[in-house]
Amino acid sequence: MQPGSASWSFDEEDLGAITATVLRFLAETGAHSALIVDRSGQLITTVGQALAFDPTVFATLTAADFSANDQLARLIGETDFTTLFHQGEKESMYVADVARRLILVVLFDTRTPIGLVRLKMKPVVEELTAHLDRACTRARESGNTQPNILAGAGDEIDELFNW
Amino acid sequence: MSMINYAAREINCKIVYYGPGLGGKTTNLEHIYGKVKPDMRGKLISLATETDRTLFFDFLPVDLGTIRGFNTRFHLYTVPGQVYYNASRKLILKNVDGIVFVADSQVERMEANLESMQNLYDNMAEYGYDLTRMPFVIQYNKRDLPNAAPVGELQSALNPGWEPAEPAKARIIPDPYHSGENLVDQLPGGDWVERVSYFEGVAIEGDGVFDTLKAVSKLVLKALA
Repeated sequence: MQPGSASWSFDEEDLGAITATVLRFLAETGAHSALIVDRSGQLITTVGQALAFDPTVFATLTAADFSANDQLARLIGETDFTTLFHQGEKESMYVADVARRLILVVLFDTRTPIGLVRLKMKPVVEELTAHLDRACTRARESGNTQPNILAGAGDEIDELFNW
Repeated sequence: MSMINYAAREINCKIVYYGPGLGGKTTNLEHIYGKVKPDMRGKLISLATETDRTLFFDFLPVDLGTIRGFNTRFHLYTVPGQVYYNASRKLILKNVDGIVFVADSQVERMEANLESMQNLYDNMAEYGYDLTRMPFVIQYNKRDLPNAAPVGELQSALNPGWEPAEPAKARIIPDPYHSGENLVDQLPGGDWVERVSYFEGVAIEGDGVFDTLKAVSKLVLKALA
């Protein structure tokens, strides 16, 4: 998939495939939770154990972290850093780029060895890229897979701000 | 780039508050945070220096209601105003859906306003966005200060107008927020000019803050419709 290619959208089937891939990754590594975030910081979905924090805020900070590190990479002559690892005393996070469209964030504790997360990360990113490719190809072929839900909603939009 | 999440039935949009340092961008978000009911907004996140100057960004998610069964969720960001932080400022503009330029009305800050506006145009152009063709409003903040420049002067400097985006727009379009003024107008020479909506504000008191937010949010949703 071309980085920054045309608009795309996920349907239930895409989301189901993404969730299944990430769930399997969590089971294989013992990591407890994962988030899928788009590069602009919008949360797509969370997988695994319920999170004890606000996932919207987490998604925004993750995307900012990733973008800032991208720029750092360029300054030292790299095109980007495809993964980031933040290690804490008990909790750690591993962050991976997916086709320059999405970010996979994996949260795990000391029971999960980082080596295992690294090892299993490559195939999971490839699988997620394939899901994304399918969604983008479909969007390209059909023009737009979803109806424009706001088409002709001018009056309703006016009404929404009538406060 | 707005994202419509059909599974969660949400429309997510990104609005960035831009402008010179100490102009009131963070104050706008703080007021919104304080006034919106807690169940309609998330946490206000500030990545700031020890002295409360914005280092990377402030972030506040707010829900503005439901339309056609979809919750409208706006992600509000501010950028660091200081010239020094342009690299991080540019990052925040990525995939933006709407812009609020918060100008500092004080006469002494005119040059800083102009520099920031030019910087906004330049950074947007680097992403391939044309500011004149997207949801964009201006807030003239600090109207209560004795050294505030007249609105007419600020308009001439920061909102002088441009050729209308589409030929169909070359007709008088009244400014819905200021009676007797026009958003699209014809100059004595016959040329048409289009300006963006502006609001007078005293963000620290909350004056003009919600008018500005409503106007830009409405433009963002209408751009999707």
